[in-house]
Amino acid sequence: MNTGLSVTSVSYRYGAKQALDDVSFDVAPGQFAALLGPNGAGKSTLFSLLTRLFTTRDGTIAIAGFDMARSPRQALQKMGVVFQSPTLDLDLTIRQNLGYFAALHGLSGRDARKRIDRALDRLQILDRAGEKARNLNGGHRRRTEIARALIHDPSVLLLDEATVGLDAAARQSITDHVHRLCSEENLTVLWATHLTDEVFDTDQLVVLHEGKVLARGLCADLRGDSPLKDYFLRATGVPA
Amino acid sequence: MSAYLIALRAIVLREALRFVHQRERFVAALVRPLVWLLVFAAGFRAALGLSIIAPYQTYITYETYIVPGLCGMILLFNGMQSSLSLVYDRETGSMRLLLTAPLPRGWLLFCKLLGSTMISVLQVYTFLLIAAFFGIDMEPLGYLAALPALMIAGLMLGTLGLALSSFIKQLENFAGVMNFVIFPMFFLSSALYPLWKMAESSSLLRDICAFNPFTHAVELIRFALYQQFNGWALFWTLLATLVFMSLALWGYDPARGLTRRKG
Repeated sequence: MNTGLSVTSVSYRYGAKQALDDVSFDVAPGQFAALLGPNGAGKSTLFSLLTRLFTTRDGTIAIAGFDMARSPRQALQKMGVVFQSPTLDLDLTIRQNLGYFAALHGLSGRDARKRIDRALDRLQILDRAGEKARNLNGGHRRRTEIARALIHDPSVLLLDEATVGLDAAARQSITDHVHRLCSEENLTVLWATHLTDEVFDTDQLVVLHEGKVLARGLCADLRGDSPLKDYFLRATGVPA
Repeated sequence: MSAYLIALRAIVLREALRFVHQRERFVAALVRPLVWLLVFAAGFRAALGLSIIAPYQTYITYETYIVPGLCGMILLFNGMQSSLSLVYDRETGSMRLLLTAPLPRGWLLFCKLLGSTMISVLQVYTFLLIAAFFGIDMEPLGYLAALPALMIAGLMLGTLGLALSSFIKQLENFAGVMNFVIFPMFFLSSALYPLWKMAESSSLLRDICAFNPFTHAVELIRFALYQQFNGWALFWTLLATLVFMSLALWGYDPARGLTRRKG
């Protein structure tokens, strides 16, 4: 059984527009995979399908071995998600925000509190737990969302353009942190981005363009001697 | 406690916290029915003569007549307001968080509905308290008997809002829908005038009012406030709740898609 993430022959249409066309790739357990694609490539559509915001009859998605169509609740239970748009309630404290999420996953009481503390500690924001989310800067809000996505110990973590709107230092810090989580805690990560500097040579790379997978493999192998940015622009035909 | 109940408690609590943080909205929601009660009704008292109809056993003032309709008005506006916030939540992302929880989508939507209905009912009781202060009061047991009626009516209007929010793809489209839903629903009902009065003007309009589920929600509340049970109103209100909830579940079905088209 594949305990990572598996996407097989997934297609999706918005009316006449083909948003995803026969998309397939696997991410093995403990692997960091970057889903790289220009704006409009179909990344957000793929994320909506991966998180079951909508479903398709064309193709299958499996999270930690659970088929999203047949066992959606088990699949969602094994998944942590950081959405592109902010999802924190700014009027609540960080702890209240995380407590709400924990409850949505059936966690409460001492167990939830312990998990929240651990997740915040892991993201180095435990000391801010009592502050309102409104008081945090963009980088810390993102950290909070990542901590929240880890409360229920998922085996697969999905991040949809998680660094959008952050300054360079915060972007690097979060990118490094998620890479560390992946290697130290055997977390399977799918990181959607359009920024090539967030992808490491040791990452798996899936290049998505106009709804199709253009290339997949180890980043270092795909880019060869060229910088990743040049390879990406060449592959997608997008002018620099 | 089961995962279902833990989620229910958290979602209801979150709605309550939201309400605490939006006290202005609470006051604004009370101003509207109070203006109707204290200004509009006072002006129309002389113009509108009311005969004795059930559940009343004597002649009543116009202010007394419209109190249940104004309770319905609070529930109606709040139902639409919460559906507006659902459209907003969906655009900002927090709706995504809710819908990706590992629980049946129908349950998650019901929890959200229940939370917002409880807040609406609290507003109705505040309105009734102010009305009592101005001399428009009921028997103490009437207030108690009205609780289930208010909850059912609130759930019905909440499911309508939920159904609407699932079909409205953008916030900008919402204002138009509000005008096409709230005003016809409110004015084509028994909230402001009894149906026999409407029949004097137009039997067609009277029939439309009799078909309008909001009329039945108002009558359910009206009878309950006077400790009487209106089975026909209950049947219509429950039926409408079922229809609206089915529409909402269909609208929020992941196979239909939820979010706007993005890259």
